[in-house]
Amino acid sequence: MSSVTRATDWRLATVARIAPETPRAATLTLDVPGWDGHRAGQHVDVRLTADDGYRAQRSYSIASAPNDGPPQITVVEVDGGEVSPWMVDVARDGDMFEVRGPFGGWFVWDASVTEPVLLIGGGSGLVPLMSMLRGGARARLLVSAREPDDLLYASELPPETIRTYTRHPPRGWTGYARRVDRAMLHDVHLPGARVYVCGSTPFVESVANDLVALGHDPAAIRTERFG
Amino acid sequence: MITRGFHRRREHDARLPPGQYLEHDFPVLSAGPTPHTPLEEWDLAITGAIDPERKWSWDELQALPREEITVDIHCVTTWSKLDTSWTGVSVDTLLDDVELLGGYVTALCDGGYTTNLPVEDVTGGKAWIAYGYDGDELEPEHGGPARLLVPHLYLWKSAKWVRRLIFSEDDEPGFWETLGYHDRGDPWLEQRYQGD
Amino acid sequence: MSHLDGNAAAGPLSEVFAADVTTAIVTCAGCGASGPIAAVHVYEGAGTVLRCPGCERVLLRLVRRDGGICVEMCGVRVLRWRP
Repeated sequence: MSSVTRATDWRLATVARIAPETPRAATLTLDVPGWDGHRAGQHVDVRLTADDGYRAQRSYSIASAPNDGPPQITVVEVDGGEVSPWMVDVARDGDMFEVRGPFGGWFVWDASVTEPVLLIGGGSGLVPLMSMLRGGARARLLVSAREPDDLLYASELPPETIRTYTRHPPRGWTGYARRVDRAMLHDVHLPGARVYVCGSTPFVESVANDLVALGHDPAAIRTERFG
Repeated sequence: MITRGFHRRREHDARLPPGQYLEHDFPVLSAGPTPHTPLEEWDLAITGAIDPERKWSWDELQALPREEITVDIHCVTTWSKLDTSWTGVSVDTLLDDVELLGGYVTALCDGGYTTNLPVEDVTGGKAWIAYGYDGDELEPEHGGPARLLVPHLYLWKSAKWVRRLIFSEDDEPGFWETLGYHDRGDPWLEQRYQGD
Repeated sequence: MSHLDGNAAAGPLSEVFAADVTTAIVTCAGCGASGPIAAVHVYEGAGTVLRCPGCERVLLRLVRRDGGICVEMCGVRVLRWRP
């Protein structure tokens, strides 16, 4: 950690680059002076200030690998949202907001994890899991998306990734086409694995409960809920 | 440090108290999980510094004279919603023929939430036990089966899942008041925190 | 009403605790259950409420006002960080 700036201090972040991921999501590369790296799975808090002094604060998971340059966040636009539409549709290089962190030492992976790893992500829950994969995690990944246009990092996902589409699978799709359920988890299960589950609260609760019902040790399941 | 091109989503409106912005949705904020008390086990009681104490079952509450009201509501987190319609029983009806012996009341709810108010803020046509919203049964996430509704104060005083109104001579800070929120909470005086 | 988990409270609690709170093991003063703060249930109302995932008792409440912070944690029996 920097000797001057603590993770809890708000720091200026400048958008260095924006790359669309899907029609409704973008990855922003942030230039944060004094950034001291992050662990795979951590998140930052961001704070935007309008010219009337109004402030809005949100949390976004870091998508980039640890020790791989400036932090990147992937933001999925929320219908009627206040911050995500700005991030995805309005932000451009040189724009500034404040950032705090990185936070979260529980929902993290690093090379000290020796057991097999199972990653399960719903929608934007894939973002912190991507940081883990980019950071070198050799893991089995199950990802749930509504349709191919919603699947983040589609071209970068490991070929063995198990995908399920819950609304509109692509034409000719022979894979899973439903919400993640106990039968699907039974198929993809890795006994003894450290499991990371991330997504909306209902998604995480359902998956975690099903894993425990399948006999997985609750202490080996780490979760992050996005609400 | 201003973020270019960023502004709040909600609009302003002349009918809003200071610091509030117009919301068209009905946000759900809560201090805990939604309780689900079966109606056959539900009751509402008024107790404490009053004479006599009273209790109503769900059916008994439904049998009391009901009112349809349209009011604006203001949440301390700065959203306000105008012209919301509710169905419920006036607290004045509950206090009919009841002698008040104390100046304060605490609403106690399923799940343990509490909030304190001066008695004059729940009497004189200012407060209801509301069980209907927008022509339908009040949904659990918004406080159903019944919540306290005190629209002239910030919405944290309109305690969801209310079960008891406990009258007292002393003002007992409730769940949020203990953490620094205002004992009264008048949005027109911007009484958000203690000392405001 | 959906709740979050302790990961969401990491930022606000970093203003109070110097150590990473998500990895701290909390023992509920109500039911005695223990687990990481990362796994507790977090509700955002007029302030932040952390509840025991076992019994839903309030572990900790946090309210921010005008640059000040108020924390109540009678529901925490023990908070332990492993070395």
